[in-house]
Amino acid sequence: MATTTEVSSTEFNVVGTRPIRHDGTEKVTGRARYSADIQLPGLLHGRVLRSPHAHARILSIDTSKALDLPGVKAVVTSADFAKPSGRVSDLTEGAIHNMGFMANNVMAGEKALYKGHAVAAVAATSPHIAEEALGLIDIQYEVLPPVLTLDVAMKDDAPVLHERLASLANPGLRPGGLKDDDDTGEATNIANHFVFESGDIEQGFKEADVVVEREFDTASVHQGYIEPHAATAVWNADGNITIWCSSQGQFAMRDQTARLVGVPVSKIKVIPMEIGGGFGGKTIVYLEPVAAALAKKSGQPVKVTMSRTDVFQGTGPTSGTHIRVKMGANKEGKITAVDATLAYESGAFPGSPAIPGSLCMLSAYEVENARVEGYDVVVNKPKAAAYRAPGSPASAFAAESVIDEVAGKLGFDPVDFRMLNGAREGTRRINGVRLPRIGYMELLQAAKDHPHYSAPLEGPNRGRGFATGFWGNGTGPASAVASVNSDGSVSLVEGSPDIGGNRVALAMQVAEVLGIAAEDVKPAIGDTDSVGFTSNTGGSGATFKSGWACYEAAHDIKRQMIERAAKIWEASPEDVSYTDGVLTHNSDPELKLTFRQLAARLNATGGPISGRGNVNPRGQGPATAGCIVDVEVDPDTGKVEILRFTTLQDIGKAIHPSYVEGQMQGGAVQGIGWALNEEYVYNDRGEMSNSSFLDYRMPTSLDLPMIDTVMVEVPNPGHPFGMKGVGEVAIVPPMPAIANAIHNAIGVRMTSLPMSPGNILEAIWSQQEDGKA
Amino acid sequence: MAKKAHIETTINGEQVEYLCEPRQSLLEVLRDVLEMTGTKEGCNDGNCGACTVVMDGRIVNSCLVLGAEAEGANLETIEGVATPDSLHPLQQSFLQNAALQCGICTPGFILASKALLEMEPDPGEERVRHWLAGNLCRCTGYDKIVKAVLEAADVLEVKG
Ligand code: FES
Ligand code: FES
Repeated sequence: MATTTEVSSTEFNVVGTRPIRHDGTEKVTGRARYSADIQLPGLLHGRVLRSPHAHARILSIDTSKALDLPGVKAVVTSADFAKPSGRVSDLTEGAIHNMGFMANNVMAGEKALYKGHAVAAVAATSPHIAEEALGLIDIQYEVLPPVLTLDVAMKDDAPVLHERLASLANPGLRPGGLKDDDDTGEATNIANHFVFESGDIEQGFKEADVVVEREFDTASVHQGYIEPHAATAVWNADGNITIWCSSQGQFAMRDQTARLVGVPVSKIKVIPMEIGGGFGGKTIVYLEPVAAALAKKSGQPVKVTMSRTDVFQGTGPTSGTHIRVKMGANKEGKITAVDATLAYESGAFPGSPAIPGSLCMLSAYEVENARVEGYDVVVNKPKAAAYRAPGSPASAFAAESVIDEVAGKLGFDPVDFRMLNGAREGTRRINGVRLPRIGYMELLQAAKDHPHYSAPLEGPNRGRGFATGFWGNGTGPASAVASVNSDGSVSLVEGSPDIGGNRVALAMQVAEVLGIAAEDVKPAIGDTDSVGFTSNTGGSGATFKSGWACYEAAHDIKRQMIERAAKIWEASPEDVSYTDGVLTHNSDPELKLTFRQLAARLNATGGPISGRGNVNPRGQGPATAGCIVDVEVDPDTGKVEILRFTTLQDIGKAIHPSYVEGQMQGGAVQGIGWALNEEYVYNDRGEMSNSSFLDYRMPTSLDLPMIDTVMVEVPNPGHPFGMKGVGEVAIVPPMPAIANAIHNAIGVRMTSLPMSPGNILEAIWSQQEDGKA
Repeated sequence: MAKKAHIETTINGEQVEYLCEPRQSLLEVLRDVLEMTGTKEGCNDGNCGACTVVMDGRIVNSCLVLGAEAEGANLETIEGVATPDSLHPLQQSFLQNAALQCGICTPGFILASKALLEMEPDPGEERVRHWLAGNLCRCTGYDKIVKAVLEAADVLEVKG
């Protein structure tokens, strides 16, 4: 059952309704085309050869035998790509990516830095021939000791991945970089070490009546999108390149590929195919530059695809972490101090989400005295990619578990304790930034009022847990163009790939402004030559920023429609009003034109009308979520069953409530998988031993109950309809909520993820040992 | 390279002939040879259900069937579920219930659910969850998919 708690209600015609998505029929009939569905005349098939070693120097690559295989048309190695500098001094402040590292990740240069790191690629007339050819490429490696854990990586005498890695102390430079040539500092694996501080923690701990300190570990997990990566490229003789791929941003793919193959962005057109899930993992290039390089060499179109094992070993995942949290609170239930250290594995190249993880950890609370120290550490594992609310789930697992323990020791109900400390409008985050109006307090109240929270829970080994989470939400530049058709419909071209229903939510914002039906807006996602720059569908930002662009484009149409009506009526635009899709002459109400009527007369009265929106809006507003979960633990097997699950989220205003619920449910279930089963399992050579869906176990329908949703609607002042990004935050609270429920059920505090049967049994046994000792 | 085999089969009621290499899977044949890309690949090793098709009345993962094994078979794929002028009640129900987000898993879920409802017109939630456990969806958390299948069962019963 889904419920909505509204704080204020504005009347809308379209916003808040549930029209059928425009791309729905194509998707339920198999006609929608995803990245691997492209077929072209003369298409070659590309495959990538990947390093069998987690850490090795590449001494030589001999591709001659592969090239001799009939059917093989091209082979590429790092020699076929541009070499952008990876130096810190060449990065701009606030840079999102280090292109030198990205080039190296796409195709290994001097060293292979993880098992699965791309080292060469082949294009052939069939996928099977391409696969055979990979086996004929002869690479000589000097195998080096792999650095696989944070512990080892952070030691002074650890083997280093990058001899010239700069060790930064700057949370503004997440992608990290290489040292300048004249810098002779020590070699290290610590790419960034930063501290956020506020107040006086020493004083704060003195004032505490209870102090809890614990350490937590979380394993790497993969985004797990069902569609593997695929990219198809054509490189024409005039130097123009076309790429078909599915990604979270066609412009990011274009710009990154341009840098990596060494051409201006104007030479590349990226055509966005439908995307089969991304969750953050499809925001950076892997195959696009490879397909382009193979297309150039072979002179034919090339489609490069990944196998599921390639996806696990070569893309994603999110960081493994080690987090220590010490928290003090007084008898009145106020948190007096927090001291935390967070170390995140970034994989082979810097840029883990240690920074957002550290920033989000305490952001839902008013904590006067806090110190949060973060480390970004390179290890011989795939380069970490964004995954839904990057960084926040791990830090919330730690902090929300400790809050549960502190509240329990002080005798407070977990929701009450959070209410006593919860953040409101104006609360300062640890980086000094003040929060805008958020709905955290309303969310806590909604949790308390929910029947699930007070429902009886009987039976042995059953327990209930609660936890919350915070995510900053993102925004960025976005563009949209909308054109009025003669039948009164509007064709909308926007720049945000539709990852889970945002296309319909954008069309609805146009319809709302124009007073027409959602079905009368026809949304399409433009390629990079058809619409203005739009940043990634990421950071929960697409429906917000592209929504703003659509809102602007619709207002642009509205203004021109008013002018046109004025022209027809020989009046001035001020004499015309526009309400609910009807234009009326203010002083002569007999003069009326519906949107549809006027649309039919545009060509004859001055020409077609299009509206545009080009924005980079602020005011996206952070998001909070919470969940209530009931579990049953089998003390003999360690298996945890989810009996009941309610997810609550501070959503601003739902544009399309069904897809908001969908984001909440999907995020919650990814969180459940992360909590209970999912992890990268490595052997001591740094080989992932569970790189298939059989062994990397994501939740199935059978593992879950229905996921109840509560949408808490506190309008976001930063958006005309009060909406805010909803895509990510629901993944944050399930891990601590389930850990808290397990504690409630069997009295065992889980401090590492996943809470798989084996880990639960070990925790039970070690608690029994301690009890005996 | 081994010689290609000439295969005759029936797909969505139509007689189809194709040539395939002995090593090509039915999934590859559908997608690459016949250009019927509605059937999706998620894993190519039988663990995600994105490639689900119906073969002689049974659901199979087409990535685990060889193209050559389809000789004389009767196949049903996502392309054959709707009629030219109307969607199948399951497809309609998936749309109405917002049971897809990215949609890559949807063809597989629809074929698997259709097979279930043809055998058991009135399954309960548990049965639906059990039946669909071989189909992975990473986006929805399954809630809306299960509801869509249960609702389609009701619609089909009224119609039937
Ligand atoms: S592609 Fe066949 S089961 Fe996954
Ligand atoms: S809707 Fe994306 S995998 Fe199911």
